[in-house]
Amino acid sequence: MALEAAKLVAGLRETFGSGKTKSYEWRVSQLKAIVKLADEREKDIIGALRSDLNKSEFESYVHEISGVKKSCKLALKELHQWMTPEKVKTSSTTFPSSAEIVSEPLGVIMVISTWNYPFLLSLDPIVGAISAGNTVVLKPSEIAPATSSMLSKLIHEYMDSSAVKVVEGAVPETTALLEQEWDKIFYTGSCKVGRIILAAAAKHLTPVILELGGKCPVVVDKNINLEVAARRIIAGKWCSNNGQTCVAPDYVITTKAFASKLIDALISELEKFFGKEPLKSQDLSHIVNSNHFNRLEKLLDDEKVSDKIVHGGQRDETNLKIAPTILLDVPEDSLIMNEEIFGPLLPIITVNKIEDSISVINTREKPLAAYLFTDEKKLEEEFIGSVSAGGMSINETTLHVTDNSLPFGGVGESGMGSYHGKFSFDAFSHKKAVLRRSFAGDAAARYPPYTPEKLRLIKALLGGNILGVVRALVGW
Amino acid sequence: MVVDVAEVVTELKATYTSGKTKSYEWRESQLKALIKMANDHEKEIIEALRSDLNKPEFEAFVHEISTVKSSCKLALKELRRWMSPEKAKTSSTTFPSSAEIVSEPLGVILIISTWNYPFLLSLDPVVGAIAAGNAVVLKPSEIAPATSLLLSKLLGEYMDSSAVKVVEGAVPETTALLEQNWDKIFYTGNGKVGRIVLAAAAKHLTPVILELGGKSPVVVDENINLEVATRRVIGGKWASNCGQTCVSPDYVITTKAFASKLIDALISELEKFYGNEPLKSLDLSRIVNSSHFNRLTKLMDDEKVFGKIVHGGQQDKTNLRIAPTILLDVPEDSMIMNEEIFGPLLPIITVDKIEDSINVIHAREKPLAAYLFTNDKKLMDEFVGSVSAGGLCINDTTLHLAESSLPFGGIGGSGMGSYHGKFSFDAFSHKKAVLRRSFAGDISARYPPYTTRKLQLLKALLNGSILGILRALFGW
Repeated sequence: MALEAAKLVAGLRETFGSGKTKSYEWRVSQLKAIVKLADEREKDIIGALRSDLNKSEFESYVHEISGVKKSCKLALKELHQWMTPEKVKTSSTTFPSSAEIVSEPLGVIMVISTWNYPFLLSLDPIVGAISAGNTVVLKPSEIAPATSSMLSKLIHEYMDSSAVKVVEGAVPETTALLEQEWDKIFYTGSCKVGRIILAAAAKHLTPVILELGGKCPVVVDKNINLEVAARRIIAGKWCSNNGQTCVAPDYVITTKAFASKLIDALISELEKFFGKEPLKSQDLSHIVNSNHFNRLEKLLDDEKVSDKIVHGGQRDETNLKIAPTILLDVPEDSLIMNEEIFGPLLPIITVNKIEDSISVINTREKPLAAYLFTDEKKLEEEFIGSVSAGGMSINETTLHVTDNSLPFGGVGESGMGSYHGKFSFDAFSHKKAVLRRSFAGDAAARYPPYTPEKLRLIKALLGGNILGVVRALVGW
Repeated sequence: MVVDVAEVVTELKATYTSGKTKSYEWRESQLKALIKMANDHEKEIIEALRSDLNKPEFEAFVHEISTVKSSCKLALKELRRWMSPEKAKTSSTTFPSSAEIVSEPLGVILIISTWNYPFLLSLDPVVGAIAAGNAVVLKPSEIAPATSLLLSKLLGEYMDSSAVKVVEGAVPETTALLEQNWDKIFYTGNGKVGRIVLAAAAKHLTPVILELGGKSPVVVDENINLEVATRRVIGGKWASNCGQTCVSPDYVITTKAFASKLIDALISELEKFYGNEPLKSLDLSRIVNSSHFNRLTKLMDDEKVFGKIVHGGQQDKTNLRIAPTILLDVPEDSMIMNEEIFGPLLPIITVDKIEDSINVIHAREKPLAAYLFTNDKKLMDEFVGSVSAGGLCINDTTLHLAESSLPFGGIGGSGMGSYHGKFSFDAFSHKKAVLRRSFAGDISARYPPYTTRKLQLLKALLNGSILGILRALFGW
């Protein structure tokens, strides 16, 4: 298996060495191929996501297919501009000179994708790698096998297979791939595996982007439009793959005084969205597999929290379904408050004053996203100024990741590096500094033998001291 | 261990959490303190560099002291602008909304410095970390002990020691430091230790910048101003800490036809710079210690290259000095062509056609820098287009580092990440995405129950199809 992986990488290096992937035309052809793939095979994609996650057609289209097409179209529109060297200022110390920053591809990229948005999170990084002129190996997640198999087939069919390859498999295949020397690795997934990736990359000095997760808090203040806020929280949680989303609201913080109002609003909107029997709703993804189902059950059955359930809690093990569940005031040391939930359970923590929510957040690891619903400018500013997270949305959840002019990535335990929009192009590029000089303007003062006069002159030049320059020159 | 590093980190984390280092005033005060320190103690700094490296006062001032001061001055000038959030565009999918990217400090930074520019390469990263609002631990190199001691004393005196600390020591101290949980690590040095730093950082998911090295080639074409070119090659090699510089020209590639002209010019200029007895010149740094001296003499005494010396070769073991040495056509498999030289030995490799030099470079690891002397626009474009290196200089050497609008960093074996100018500020910041929405403009089409009509409307919105939107709305 290691031998296979080595041959694969060698082949891609040869393709990259040929210069083929560097051309504008090649990159455009590949981006157009992805758009074509997404258009022509929309039904197959929706079918695979239904199979892997019971994901609704609506979410499959809006979150995944549309997301991929949008990334391609933006790259197609901007590629010339992104590829153009960026002219930069030069200073008097290098005069006369011209300087620019040239974006060049890194070479051979490995993208390790994940299971919750298996189509989007496989192709979106590929869009970035290709637009930057690289060759790519995609390792889709085996936990979403229908999508993995479909990606392998469709990418081979639509894209240039001398430059873009898919390797399906699980731990052994991933391990074999990680032993190879890559020019960059892009990983989406868990912190635990993130550490393994970093350790493997360290051996080859390979730079890595890690898109991980965390417990994304939502702070809910009073005096807000509660109906809209509740809908937006539900949208970010249960309408996003049933909570199995890296930026889904993980838990809520609100005041003791406001909690019951918020819970009532959530319950009311949940019923409008999913009806009285949510386990039967076709609009909710199921839990991806029995592993995760058991994990979530354990969180619910934890004796510290089982009596804190204020809504939901129903499960259907056969169909891997758990109903939207709300819990109130679970203890800080419960399991559910000490791991990323990644499912349809929403704990609500209460505080005395809403400002206290900031310290609750800051005692934990930096999350991938943090949210605040408020009308108070002061609270908004304090939140933005003192809560560190990958990204934030105010009066909304998850939508900041759809804005292509914003970088999407984590900080601390939630990850390193970012992508989306031009950040994707930059993520897979080397920014090479280039200084051009002519043979004119060669100052003797620069060279040995070093004399006090030369040093005085250079000091004056560096200090931008015209008088000093003149004095030093005249004293020559 | 004299210093309890865990305690140091705990103290710095507490300082950082207090918010002190985030204020503009604090950052400004620290940058000003560094300038004052460099001004007040210029003599001692020059002395320490003379002691550690026999570095001439000229180089100590121009390369190290002056650069630190100009980094501080640039940061002082630009800090408010760098600290301001950057407004970002929003798209129709999040309308109405406003978006920005907020730069925030990471927290507590570890900077591991090196011995060849021990003042500059300790303080330049510190400038970046502080400008970005972080707390810092600096671990200077024990191989430059006078500078290490001086830095410890001066930083303790001039800077806020609740936020900026120096930990002196060697392997045990560095190992202890690397076990801690940092928000970022900045390492300057070699690839071997770079891998160790990355592996340690992996355990804590700590992002790392590595400024390493490599074999920086100089391609010399004919039809150039040979006098100026040779002065600039000498300037980047022997006049830069006697070749002990990460971006020094490591080896030269030229045509068989041109080699002897180039060698004659080099010898002629070397004599003008260093006289007939270079081992006695005060304008040349010495080799830093006997370890490196032995390493370099081994490269020269290698039986594969000993007969290829065409100039220099004199050694003075007592004073750790090696004269500027040029070798011609050493074999590709000699030791001198298979490790970074980092000293005053310059091999010249010859090719038939100058264009062949690009293949010679491509056969090796990507270097930190690459240089080309030519008047041929076509060769220039090909070089810039196909040679991947951290940075390039055309018709000069090393000077691209003096341009603060250019990023300074490596690629592949020569490193990851970059700094200088605003890149320093960015290197030690987290770029946090912030999306603000109002409660208005909430589209019910976004929410379950998902219907065909809702999907049609959203598809039309996402495709920016006005007609589609109208059709979907009317079909409602």
